[in-house]
Amino acid sequence: MDIHEFTKQIEAEFEEVEPGTITPTTNYREIKSWSSMYALIVIAFVDANFDVQLSADDLRNSQTIQDIYNIVMAKKTN
Amino acid sequence: MKAYIKAISYYLPPTALSNKELCEVFPNLTEADIYKKTGIKKRHITTEGIVGSDLGFFAAEKLFEEHTVDRKTIDYIIFCTEGLDYKGPVTACILQDRLQLNTNCGAIDLPYGCTGFTYCISIAKALIESGQATNVLALTSDIPSTVIHPEDADLRMLFGDAGAATLITATENETIAIGSFSVGTDGSGAENLMVKGSGTRGPVDQEWLDKYDNVGGLKYGRMQMNALEIFNFALRIVPPLIESILAKNKLEKSEINLFVFHQANAFLLSVLRRKLKIEEDRFFIYMEEVGNTVSASIPIALAEAIKCGKAKKGDKVLIAAFGIGYSWSGTVITI
Repeated sequence: MDIHEFTKQIEAEFEEVEPGTITPTTNYREIKSWSSMYALIVIAFVDANFDVQLSADDLRNSQTIQDIYNIVMAKKTN
Repeated sequence: MKAYIKAISYYLPPTALSNKELCEVFPNLTEADIYKKTGIKKRHITTEGIVGSDLGFFAAEKLFEEHTVDRKTIDYIIFCTEGLDYKGPVTACILQDRLQLNTNCGAIDLPYGCTGFTYCISIAKALIESGQATNVLALTSDIPSTVIHPEDADLRMLFGDAGAATLITATENETIAIGSFSVGTDGSGAENLMVKGSGTRGPVDQEWLDKYDNVGGLKYGRMQMNALEIFNFALRIVPPLIESILAKNKLEKSEINLFVFHQANAFLLSVLRRKLKIEEDRFFIYMEEVGNTVSASIPIALAEAIKCGKAKKGDKVLIAAFGIGYSWSGTVITI
């Protein structure tokens, strides 16, 4: 899954977000309807699609969708 | 001799806290947000002076009445809660007297949480199968609302107070026996879900009472939860737990009629269900009306599954619990 597909699928998981509003450089905490629920959705999405666990620290240390994607890819390789 | 679950009853405190009321306290929340995040519409909250053993007592009395159980046949009582009456005596001793059980009855407390019910069943099975008891009364009763800071929205929307009573009885019928258990512990996760200031390590002191003076002092302690880590823990531990329970009981996933997990959070449960590839109609969730009732959550869900016909006589039900500790355990029971 490349970064564009990753972004698209994450966006689809966030039901309240209008399609096309999230890009790889979007700071996900600035998404209008962002709540702590979204963090759980991201963790569940990554777990289901990559069999990778994102920790609370991983999320704390990331800002954008690209950051999350990079962490997932790094964990997937290790 | 084998052991089986003969009867379950539960008791909810009369006062309920609705999503609407929570939104009045937390204006940044909406009822839809709360429901989406937790799958809960209301949770019952105990009142001042009514503690865990009271809810357990009411549940036991309901059990005796609803299932026509002779209290004098109980020869062991296990009281499971994170809110014991005293450090001494054992609260189960007080309940033996209050419930007018025989004095030849064994009594122990089990200060557990989310995995309390499966642990109770495991101990009751061991007591019965080793010939130490015939009728074990397991009371799983928790009052998480008493250790939640009123400003902790995530905890208030999730947890509810309740008491459940389960009767585990000896039988020679192996087809209805409680199955083998899988258990696990990882205390390295203890800090991620903990009731601070609730025991001898770092007890409540004057500084604490002053700090929380505006919310009644939080004198029983304060629950703190790292929700992301608990979510990750469940995603990591539950799939191998289920595999292990099935293997120990020599059963295939397809042979289980219903899966009833600790009712932690409906969103988490549906993520787990999809991850485990269990069909929706074989996976029971009962949270809307009660929330996460800690050690009472599985027996409440089982009682409701039986009531609505989702779990029928003879059905194999896999029960699995996970949470505070970290701890996890589960088995297969027959309705």
